[in-house]
Parts: sequence; structure tokens; C-alpha cells
Amino acid sequence: MDSKLATTFSKPQSIKRRVRELKELVIRIILFICAASSVLITFGVVWTLLKEAFPFFMEVSVKNFLTDKEWTPLFENPQYGIFNLICGTFLTTAIALSVAIPLGTITAVFLSEYMSNRYREILKPILELLAAVPTVVYGYFALLFVTPLLQKIYPDLSSFNALSAGLVMGVMIIPYVSSLSEDAMRAVPVHLREGSLALGASNLQTSFKVIIPSAFSGIASAYVLGISRALGETMVVAIAAGLQPKISLNPLESTQTLTAYIVQVSQGDLPHGSIGYKTIYVAGVVLLFFTLIFNLIGLRIRSKMEIKFK
Amino acid sequence: MVTTKTDSNIKKAEVVDLTFGYTEKNVLNKISMPIYQNKVTALIGPSGCGKTTLLRCFNRMHDLYGEVRYNGEIKLYPDDINILARDIDPIEVRMKIGMVFQKPNPFPKSIYENISYGLKVRGVKKKSYIDDKVEDSLKKAGLWNEVSDRLHSSATSLSGGQQQRLCIARALATEPDLLLLDEPTSALDPISTAHIEELVTELKKSVTLLMVTHNLHQAARTADYTAFMYLGDLVEFGESSQIFTNPKEQKTENYITGRFG
Ligand SMILES: Nc1ncnc2c1ncn2[C@@H]1O[C@H](COP(=O)(O)OP(=O)(O)O)[C@@H](O)[C@H]1O
Ligand SMILES: [Mg+2]
Repeated sequence: MDSKLATTFSKPQSIKRRVRELKELVIRIILFICAASSVLITFGVVWTLLKEAFPFFMEVSVKNFLTDKEWTPLFENPQYGIFNLICGTFLTTAIALSVAIPLGTITAVFLSEYMSNRYREILKPILELLAAVPTVVYGYFALLFVTPLLQKIYPDLSSFNALSAGLVMGVMIIPYVSSLSEDAMRAVPVHLREGSLALGASNLQTSFKVIIPSAFSGIASAYVLGISRALGETMVVAIAAGLQPKISLNPLESTQTLTAYIVQVSQGDLPHGSIGYKTIYVAGVVLLFFTLIFNLIGLRIRSKMEIKFK
Repeated sequence: MVTTKTDSNIKKAEVVDLTFGYTEKNVLNKISMPIYQNKVTALIGPSGCGKTTLLRCFNRMHDLYGEVRYNGEIKLYPDDINILARDIDPIEVRMKIGMVFQKPNPFPKSIYENISYGLKVRGVKKKSYIDDKVEDSLKKAGLWNEVSDRLHSSATSLSGGQQQRLCIARALATEPDLLLLDEPTSALDPISTAHIEELVTELKKSVTLLMVTHNLHQAARTADYTAFMYLGDLVEFGESSQIFTNPKEQKTENYITGRFG
């Protein structure tokens, strides 16, 4: 019986084989370009930032940059103390995280350990809607609703302040933290959960002693994403936290973050190449630097946990 | 069903007319059998006949997956209570009845933390007591010599057989009245399996064991009593020697001689 599927070994020079090899090559090149493009774009962004930021240090010494008491690059006697902006960024980020991490984690525990599948399918998208609200809306919500509310408690709260911007930003970030954490918790194998319950543990004990530690690398990633979101958040802080850079950790006063500064300056028309123009890029580089640091820390935690647990 | 008469033994638990189903369809039909104290009872039968389902009734594991209907009773002695009763807290049942799973499931924590977990859950704080208990349980599970110098290293770095003995030690630390084992050796190599079998025989001095296995030799070697299940029915219960040499039911004979399942 003759079979059509019977194969023979082709000679290396045969046309059929050449064509097939060429096809493979083309596909491989296309895939490589796709994979490389995101890396290239990242490098492009970093390159642009550095290229514009570097000349800044021709005019301002690193010492002034790190030690000046104020951040007033556009004034008569400019000062360039970057810690003024870093302070604002960290203050609002810390406030946001102190809301988002506990609430996000608890929400994740609740969704993953206490909700039946049916209700979770309804509740989760609603929660994720929190992240879909435009940030400018959150900004005005902080300025026009939360701040007046807080002023009833602290009458001397200034109308632009780190507290309400941070709190609202925290709420905004909850779904980032909870959604990823919940995925990580639900990925914990059912036999670990049953193992704990079979030893007489309650749901709550199981959640906190077994599920969260087992899912920790995933939860850490969720926190890092939350931190990155908070560091980079712009509209809320630009609208509600104010425009006064200062070295202070008082949440009741106005402050300015790196991002809010960038928005503020880029709204005016600064001549290309002026010192003000360069500060935008410097602030951008500093922001990128911190985001990168936190991502690296997250990566470290994750690989450490994986060594410990796998 | 045919039950061989045995008088000299004390009942630790007793299943009475137990019917159970995940859906409308019953997976267990009117099961009745005793569990004798300080004995090993094996549940055998072809895949899907309901062995795991029956075992998981004993520690109310089914309760985790929604409202379930148990019909019939599982009595626990000497308390003489029906652990399936609605007003019995499943957590309290699990505090008395330990379980070892088919696949070793150590927590991703240290060996010490794994063993002390059940005690911590019960609110035990005293460190010296926990330390003693950890050592004692590991000794009982035959693992102490292998791990005594690395109690604080990760439990997941142990071999499969060691992990399963760790899981047994973890259950023993809570001093269960009854220890359930669901095919504890099905994921292990022959040497580890032999280890666990020896251990099971040793453990019955201090605890009552109920073990699911689909390895007939294992049941014959380790169990004092054997229950043969088929399609949700308990076909025959008796002393292992009788079940394996002189079964009274045709179905049992067919199964142990390898004619089906
Ligand atoms: N969670 C479940 N939901 C519905 N049916 C199940 C579930 N678990 C097991 N079953 C069914 O119950 C029967 C007995 O299963 P099981 O107790 O696991 O058998 P065994 O352990 O003897 O192999 C099988 O028919 C199986 O398909
Ligand atoms: Mg089974």
C-alpha cells in the first residue's frame, strides 16, 4: 500500500528545505523585533531623559542639588534642593500606601477566602472600576470633598494638603493591590488550604498563617505595583496636594511632588534649553530612579521567597 | 453486607447508615462500619467508589465546599457524639481528628513551624512545651534522626517520603483521637512507601488509624481490619486476614483476585 505521508530525508540543497528554513528565519526575525521594540522604547525614554537632564548638572552642582534648602528653580535666586520634591512624593506615597496596603490586602483575603465564586465574579469588577475612574476626578474629589470633610476634624488643615491627596490616592490604588494579591492567594494550592483547615485552623488563621505567607511573592509584586502607581501618580497630587515644595513630613500642609512639579512647569511655556526646561527632565530622572529601586526591591523579595519556598 | 464478629475490641468510632452525595446522586449508600481503637482500618475498592469521600466525612472536609447534607451518623467514642450533627462545630471535629493527604502538603515554612502549626492554632504559647512536642512528634514519625539538626530549614526541601512523614508528625503533634490517611503512599517511591507502612503499624500503639489505599498488599500488610467498597456501597467489612484469604462476598473475591477494578 502506498502512503502519501511517508517522508523521505531531503537533501540540504533541496528547494523545499531552503524555503522552509527561510520561513523559519523570517518568523524568528519578526518575533525578535516585537520583543525588542518594548525594550528599545524603554531605552529610548531613559536616553531622552538623561540627555536632557545631564546638561542641568553643567549649571547646577550636584552638591547644591542635594543640599539646597529649597526648590525654587524659576526664582531670581534659584535654589535646587531636590529633596523638597522627594519629600512631597514620599509623603503622599506613604499616606496612600498606608491606606492601600492594609485595605487592599484585607479585601483580597475577603475576596479569595470568604466569597463564593458567584459573588466574587460580581464584586471584583466593581472593585476594579475604582481604577477606571479618571484620576482628575479623584483629584477634585480630594480637593472639593475630602479636604472640607477633614477640615471639620482639623480646622487648620490647609486647603491644599498631602493628607487628603494621599488618602484618595490610596483608595484609587486599592484595586491594584487587591486584585493582584487575590490572584496570588487563589493560586495557593488547595491542598495547603485543606492541610491547614484539617489541623483545626479557622478560615482566618488559614488566611493569615498559610495563604498570605505562601502567596507572599505575588502579594509583594502587588505592593510594588501599588508603590509605583503612587510614586508616579500626577493628577491627584497636582490638584489636591498643592504647589509648595518643602522639606517637611507634615501631612496637614501643602506640598509638591516630583510629578506635580513637572505638570506645573510644563504648563508654562519655558524656552527650550532654559534651566527650568531642564529641571523637568531632572525631576523625571529622579522619579524613574525611585520607581526602578522599588521594582528591584520587589524582584529581590520575589526571588528570595521563591528560593525559600520552592 | 457481611460483618465478621469481633468482641474483644473497643470501638473508637462507628459509621451508622451514612449516605452522602455531592449532588442529587448518592456517592455513599447507607455505609455502616466500626472503627476499632488502636487498630488500623483500611478502605479499599476501585477508583471512584467513594473511599476519599467517606474519609473526608470524618473531619467534615465536605463542609468547606458549601452546604452539604449528611444522612446518618458517625459516632465518636467515648464522647458518644455524632460528629456529623449540625450543631457540632466542624473545627472542633478537626481538632480531634487529624488527616494526612494523598500528596504530601507541607506548608512553605520551616520544619519546626510545620509541626508546631496545629499547636499554635490551638493557642498553645509555651515554648518549652512546643519544643518537646515537636521533638516527640518527629520521633514518632521516624523523622527525628534525619532532621534534628535542621529544624529551622524549609520543609519543602525534604524528599517526598520525608515530607509525608512530616505531615504525619504534624498531625500527631495535635494528639488526634483518630488519624485519617488518604492513600498516603500513592505519590511515593517503594522505599519511602515501606517506611510509611512500618510507621503506620508502629503508630497504632498510640492512635487509631483509618487509611484509604488502593494497594491491596499494603492493606493486607498493615491493616487489622479492611472494608471493601464498591460503587458507594460497603460490600464487606472484616479482619484483614479474613477479607484477603476468605472473603464472604463474591464481589470482594473478584476484586482481590484482580478480576475487576
Ligand atoms: N467534589 C466532588 N463533586 C462531585 N462529585 C465528586 C466530587 N469528588 C468526588 N466526586 C465523585 O464521587 C465519587 C467518589 O469519589 P472518591 O471518593 O474520590 O473516590 P475514591 O477516593 O474511592 O477514588 C466519584 O464518582 C467522583 O466522581
Ligand atoms: Mg481517592
